[in-house]
Amino acid sequence: MAVLRPAGELDESYAYDMATIRQRWQWVLLVAFVLALYGLPLYASQSFVSLVNRIGITLIAVQGLNLLVGYTGQISFGQAAFMTVGGYISALLVSTLGWSFFLALPVAALGTGIVGLIFGLPSLRIKGLYLVMSTLAAQIIIPWFTRHAFPSLLGGPQGVNVGVPELFGIVFNQPGRYIYITITLVILSTVVAHNVARSRLGRAFVAIRDNDLAAEIMGINLFRYKLFAFFLAAVYAGVAGSLAAHNLRHINSATFGLDDSIFLLGTLVVGGLGTSLGPILGTITVEYLTEAATRFGPLLVQIFPSMAGNVVHGLKPLFFGVALMLFLILEPRGLAHRWRLFKAAWRLRPFSHWQ
Amino acid sequence: MNWQLLPQFAVTGILASGPIALMGLGLVLINKSSSIFNFAQGQLLLLGALVTWWFSVELGLPLWLAILLALLLSTLFGFLIERIALRPMTGQPLLSIILMTLGLNQVLQGLALLIFGPAQRNFPQLFPAGNPYKITTPFVSNGNNIVVILKRDLVGSFVVAVIGVVVIGALFQFTRIGLAMRATSEDHELAQSIGLRIRRVFGLSWALASVVATIGGIMLATSSGLDLSLSIVVLTAFPVILLGGLDSIPGAIIGGLIIGLSVGLVSASKVQLIRNSTEIVPYVVLLIMLLIRPEGLFGQERIERI
Repeated sequence: MAVLRPAGELDESYAYDMATIRQRWQWVLLVAFVLALYGLPLYASQSFVSLVNRIGITLIAVQGLNLLVGYTGQISFGQAAFMTVGGYISALLVSTLGWSFFLALPVAALGTGIVGLIFGLPSLRIKGLYLVMSTLAAQIIIPWFTRHAFPSLLGGPQGVNVGVPELFGIVFNQPGRYIYITITLVILSTVVAHNVARSRLGRAFVAIRDNDLAAEIMGINLFRYKLFAFFLAAVYAGVAGSLAAHNLRHINSATFGLDDSIFLLGTLVVGGLGTSLGPILGTITVEYLTEAATRFGPLLVQIFPSMAGNVVHGLKPLFFGVALMLFLILEPRGLAHRWRLFKAAWRLRPFSHWQ
Repeated sequence: MNWQLLPQFAVTGILASGPIALMGLGLVLINKSSSIFNFAQGQLLLLGALVTWWFSVELGLPLWLAILLALLLSTLFGFLIERIALRPMTGQPLLSIILMTLGLNQVLQGLALLIFGPAQRNFPQLFPAGNPYKITTPFVSNGNNIVVILKRDLVGSFVVAVIGVVVIGALFQFTRIGLAMRATSEDHELAQSIGLRIRRVFGLSWALASVVATIGGIMLATSSGLDLSLSIVVLTAFPVILLGGLDSIPGAIIGGLIIGLSVGLVSASKVQLIRNSTEIVPYVVLLIMLLIRPEGLFGQERIERI
């Protein structure tokens, strides 16, 4: 689809051609949106703030997965396991060594990235389903490790308690305050992910996804770029895991499981693979579906009283699975593609059928 | 190593590999005909066992009738899944197909939870519980021969699994349907051009896989009880078939034996950490296998064309 631009808006310089935010009204809208996000605790309800908090944390993990799966085409079942790694590293640094959260977070991200590198190594020899299996192995082995290894340090199956972040005397102990950390990191990770995707790095990723042999012949170092994709995805997962752990104030081996990995992959597909917008739309949609499941559950209990107790736990995977299957059949390119079509139709109106 | 317990654990490990090989067989069946790796196999297993339980305990039907009805139902269910979920995915990239079976996995898990609930259930005994077989081994420890105890349900489910693998293998090797399935797995378009109805073949392989899953589910439920965690057991079957080869029927049972034996050996260890590692042993074996010979012991090596 050609890029549709309003008449009179000319790309007079390369920088302007490449710009993401092109016009003054877009800047105004962006600043207003960011201010509205930061001001959320002032006017929104407590439950909405904590929902946004949750969406933000999931979003960071999905964005990392998007770099790996969406752009580089390496399917990974291990994202939730890497979140576990990030959560544990930052929890241990904060509670055992007494570090500040804001120092522990980047260290946790880097440490998770290195673990991601290790589990990315098989990607050099194998691909497709076999790679899926080796990332599944990560998803099985890492939680097992936290459950059984070094019980005095990692706390065994009970896990560890995680400290509350603190900065200049401000204690981030409730969603209304924690959300400032989340939003800042979400903005940062969105900007980084968007720019990685359209730089030399992202183009190499896309070349590998489309045909890795051809990419190698063109001079792209598969070894370096595939590992870099795994590293980046794991860094994002580390940040998300650390954020989630400090938000929940507790982490154990079951906090992020295989189901969460499936959930993150599905979220990415619902939003749209290989787009910057996809993770955002997907995460919001799927989190709202989950919310709908928790709202719809009690209604269902009134109709079928025999199901009480497990309705919400059953509805959540049911809603998610049905949504995922419907998207795969009806719109495999996800919501981001729909949004693009809608924008094109809007610009061409009243001749929308021309596209 | 705990040498006295070693024979016991080794034999138990081998016997426990029977149901796992059955699960793997279901995966191989689908993968062989339609090159789809079914991540929802565990849920098929769970639903098969739950439906059998429902027929026999809630409705009070005799066990053989309950099993028969459950097998019939799972045949229909297999056809249905293929028609609704997988047929629209024909020709889609690997990621979409994997995610479709994952979506199926979530839907079926949710349905099982909604309809049957998370309670632990007592599954009717297929094989008598008491009076286990005892075999005296020639190994001597502390002046006595080591006696290996074989629980009857383990032996029974192992025998059923072996029969299942042999029957399915014979079906593939000696019948027209089996020939059609093998031809379809070789090349979809070629198979279609000689007049095979590959849609029917796909449907049939899903139905068969669903039946195999139900049998596996009944075997597991009768030996270790029935609750929703039954579907997770399939995670041990993934390494089994990757070890044996994704498209090899004997590979499923030999891979099952290797994994079962290594799990058994690990659980005989004296070191706590190693003994606890039974759940990751299959995956460690898998990782080693992926690095040495990704296509598995008996799998066909696919050479990629540029």
